[in-house]
Amino acid sequence: MRDTLYLAWRYLRYHRIKTAILIASITLIIYLPVGLNVLVGQSAAELTARAEATPLLVGARGSALELVLNSLYFEADSPEQMRYAEVSRVANSGLADPIPLYVRFRSREYPIVGTTLEYFDFRKLRFASGRAMAVLGECVLGARAAHALKVGPGDSIVSSPESVFDLVGSYPLRMKVVGVLEPSYTADDLAVFADLKTVWVIEGLGHGHQDLASPEADSAVLAREGNTITANAAVVQYNEITSENIESFHFHGDLAQHPISALFAVPHDDKSQVLLMGRYQGKDEPSQIVRPRDVMNELLETILTVRSYVVAAILIVALATLATAALVFLLSLRLRRREIMTMVKIGGSRSSIASLLLSEIVVVLASGVVLAGGLTLLTGRFGSAAIRTFLLS
Amino acid sequence: MIRIANLEFRYREGEFQLRVPELDVARGETVAVVGPSGCGKTTLLNLIAGISLPGCGRVLTNGVEVSGLDDPARRDFRVQHVGLVFQEFELLEHLSVLDNILLPYRISPALQLDPSVRERAVALAGRVGIGDKLGRYATRLSQGERQRAAVCRALIAQPELLLADEPTGNLDPANKGRVLEILFDFAKGSGATLLTVTHDHDVVEHFDRIIDFKTFYGSAAAR
Repeated sequence: MRDTLYLAWRYLRYHRIKTAILIASITLIIYLPVGLNVLVGQSAAELTARAEATPLLVGARGSALELVLNSLYFEADSPEQMRYAEVSRVANSGLADPIPLYVRFRSREYPIVGTTLEYFDFRKLRFASGRAMAVLGECVLGARAAHALKVGPGDSIVSSPESVFDLVGSYPLRMKVVGVLEPSYTADDLAVFADLKTVWVIEGLGHGHQDLASPEADSAVLAREGNTITANAAVVQYNEITSENIESFHFHGDLAQHPISALFAVPHDDKSQVLLMGRYQGKDEPSQIVRPRDVMNELLETILTVRSYVVAAILIVALATLATAALVFLLSLRLRRREIMTMVKIGGSRSSIASLLLSEIVVVLASGVVLAGGLTLLTGRFGSAAIRTFLLS
Repeated sequence: MIRIANLEFRYREGEFQLRVPELDVARGETVAVVGPSGCGKTTLLNLIAGISLPGCGRVLTNGVEVSGLDDPARRDFRVQHVGLVFQEFELLEHLSVLDNILLPYRISPALQLDPSVRERAVALAGRVGIGDKLGRYATRLSQGERQRAAVCRALIAQPELLLADEPTGNLDPANKGRVLEILFDFAKGSGATLLTVTHDHDVVEHFDRIIDFKTFYGSAAAR
């Protein structure tokens, strides 16, 4: 057997280009479906991991998928808004702790996530440098966002206008970076976190301007009637919140009516979860409550169906490739007829010659299988990181 | 060494027919078989080696009726007792010279490859002047060197019978003489029988006996 394998090895080595092409073909036809399976499995795990870690999500009625993608991955368009009063409703129910989210604005391509400090504990986010936001106008950056924007604690970033053509829209707000998070390899790495009120300021629901009661503001005053001062367009509005002007920032109207895009509800126990879900089942209920895991699983089922079609297509190609490889081998037998006849004439045994030819096929097939196995292992080992990078990019 | 009686052979296709009423070759004898192309010289070698089987008659090689053996036994007999040299050398292009010489040991369980065989291969190659080319692929050798490598492969198992089919047909005069010298040296040195098919009338005078296929058998060997 050793001699047979040796001769097979010598043949394959001599015809190394043909051998390499055959091995590469076999490697690919094995690796493509298997590796795809592994990658899709890992992608599914990556996608669902964040959903699994988010027990309940409350948002306005509408697309549950849009709500989940916006709230968990800060992707998709901003869903229908709901009122901040919903946060009090959940808190007052005594069934869950609410964490509000308002994901609507961006700083360049990075989403500004208006939330509370509980979010960092909930997502187990740690600070690489700096601290959490403490006052209006401060923000914390995810690791990749900070790296891409080349900013750190002490620097500033500016919110982007929703539309450059909206002349009456809100002015960009310059925010002070006070902290940068450690990488978490999730959507949080690309986010800009700010206090909910800071985001309302970006929206124009809160603002700061020069004191109209002071004599310096006379040119900006149209009329004074008792305690009411009417200002004209010359009034200076602040687009940066500083220690000097923070006192001038104020919100008009009832804060409970201010918008948020969603809220995480962290139930105290399983029973609380069921009870809370029950409270959102009414027909006239303007809000919906979803389990992100269920929504993502539904999405993944669609992806997995597509995968099965892709795998089926690859298998058909694989069969065609194997048939071609078999044809190549049979043709090479014809080309090697003289070589085989020489061995027969010399006295080579039928079994030795057959073993030799079989060994060549086995070595090629085994090499393909081993390489495909190695690639699959590498995919398993590094696939997750690649997927994270891909998903985050 | 070789005894043929009432041999008849016909290929399945075509009208060629070989008849050899009687042929005896003694042990240690060197015989040249000459004759026109297509008269059956190579077929005769194949029958003696057991590569082809006669339609009727007997072929005894080294006292064994080869035609009576089954296929595996005939292969074993051939690799152990018969050395074959071909006009086209028939070296395997993907093997080195040494591996080509050792090929019979690698493709037959009837022979055991051990260090002494390797030593013998190296010595043989050295004796025929290709000792420094053992690691080269056969395709990198000159015509004369290839035939010398092929001769080494035929001799490696120390056969009692050496069958050579026009071994000098593709060689220049210098290499022709060298290859013949090697074959004769081995035959004389080991007492092996040498049966060579040749078209070359310059070389036949070196043999103990010349069989002119056409005249020797007269009408017996005919198409």
